[in-house]
Amino acid sequence: MENTFSRQGVGTGLPAAYLSAASLSFSDFLRSQAPDLLPGARAAELNNQAALADVPHGTTIVAVTYQGGVLLAGDRRATSGNLIAQRDMEKVYVTDDYSAVGIAGTAGLAIEMVRLYTVELAYYEKIEGVPLSLDGKANKLATTVRENLTMAMNGLAVVPLFVGYDVDADSPRGRIVSYDVVGGRYEERAGFHAVGSGSLFARSALKKLYDPDGDQDAAVRWAVEALYDASEDDTATGGPDIHRRIFPSVITITGADGAVRLPEEQTSAVAEAVVADRSQRPRG
Amino acid sequence: MSMPLFASPEQLMREKSEIARKGIARGRSVVVLKYAGGVLFVAEIPAKSTLRKVSELYDRIGFAAAGRYSEFEGLRRGGIRHAELWGFAYDRRDVSARQLANVYAQSLGQIFTEQLKPFEVELCVAEVGASAEQDQMFRLTYDGSIVDESRYMVMGGNVDPIVAALKESYSEGLELSAAVGVAVRALSKSNTPGNASSNGNGGGLLTAENLEVAVLDRTRLDRAHSRRAFRRISGEALTALLPTDEPPAAEEAPPATDK
Repeated sequence: MENTFSRQGVGTGLPAAYLSAASLSFSDFLRSQAPDLLPGARAAELNNQAALADVPHGTTIVAVTYQGGVLLAGDRRATSGNLIAQRDMEKVYVTDDYSAVGIAGTAGLAIEMVRLYTVELAYYEKIEGVPLSLDGKANKLATTVRENLTMAMNGLAVVPLFVGYDVDADSPRGRIVSYDVVGGRYEERAGFHAVGSGSLFARSALKKLYDPDGDQDAAVRWAVEALYDASEDDTATGGPDIHRRIFPSVITITGADGAVRLPEEQTSAVAEAVVADRSQRPRG
Repeated sequence: MSMPLFASPEQLMREKSEIARKGIARGRSVVVLKYAGGVLFVAEIPAKSTLRKVSELYDRIGFAAAGRYSEFEGLRRGGIRHAELWGFAYDRRDVSARQLANVYAQSLGQIFTEQLKPFEVELCVAEVGASAEQDQMFRLTYDGSIVDESRYMVMGGNVDPIVAALKESYSEGLELSAAVGVAVRALSKSNTPGNASSNGNGGGLLTAENLEVAVLDRTRLDRAHSRRAFRRISGEALTALLPTDEPPAAEEAPPATDK
């Protein structure tokens, strides 16, 4: 490690490892040049289990496919033990033009993981000149989760939910891929899925609402309904907060527009409609 | 790496420069210019070649090169790695063209003085800013010299006729189609062996299959779902932008009529 990042300033030329033709992924490159920047680089130093319980956790994420696309939605609450750590956390991220990742679990690690993953996709596209295939992206995320295994075994698990629009397929469509803490990758063919503490309730709600022929507006509504149900029965999931104007965040991916975060005017309108309807039928 | 004892450092530098200059002049040319919406890259390529001379370095930063492909490809990868690492360690806003240009200048300078054979490359690092005044364009030569270019630059191949053409036709604040017209007309003036004669239009304008065109597009920075300003223009989108004049008319028509 002759030229590590800490020694390389703007005043020196590029080290040989930078100019090499070897096709390393960005995390491989980080590992050789600046290992301290990798998420979970200090896994060996975990020895205080009690302190870990208070690290903020993110909660419920849902994904729904619809005609011509797929969406990913998440509530905004992060909890630290019995406390609310943050009310307006962002847990769904656009990772490139046709993919998005939502995160449940240890928030600090998860956000760093998504940040690295986003760089990874763009890095591949720029170095190789073509974007990764959708399966390539899903597998790469599995590797990223697997690298966090030591942390997961110490109680700092991260469980992502991946959605993407497969533009290269014979019949382009939205796809959902879920993961477990050891990096197992599972294609969700049912058309919907949820992860996180409130996922049991969200998935049950989607089971009753889901219709494979639904359009985007219908799918957004189902996702918000499902998150609402999760928030009613899971204390770690936040419902729409009308007073503070905090609403679930939604990312839609279609062939024409790619991955787009829905503007707040749209998500607030849907959330307010759901809250208004529920006030008519408070028992669900 | 044994050096002949009788060669003076001066003579060595001169000979190295000559190797580099000859190598760069052998290739085809690349034009980079500022236009109203950002920075435009236009490169002449062998028909339908998929080897890239122009590429994306970072969110707002583009890269263009002339000369030996294997050498500038290594530098391109190095620049991407440096930029991504820097942006990951700090923030994406902390990566700038000026910084990348400095790193390239150091690398090229080091290679020029230390290696027996210098890199036969010339590079451009350009960045699109929030307004036209903030757009930047740096030229890097084989010996590590760095120049902050204010309007346009030409690299590789037969540079002089292209520069002469640009001097006459370029003006600030061109729209994209006008800018492409100016660049393509200027590039078509070059007498690079095999360009005009081999693409079969008898010394006329270069056509889409001999061009690689990309922009750093300021309008893409405003869109919610994309922070990446780099965009390639090819296929029908490119054909629509190309100047359509007949070859003789191209000599006379001032490019302003394209606007």
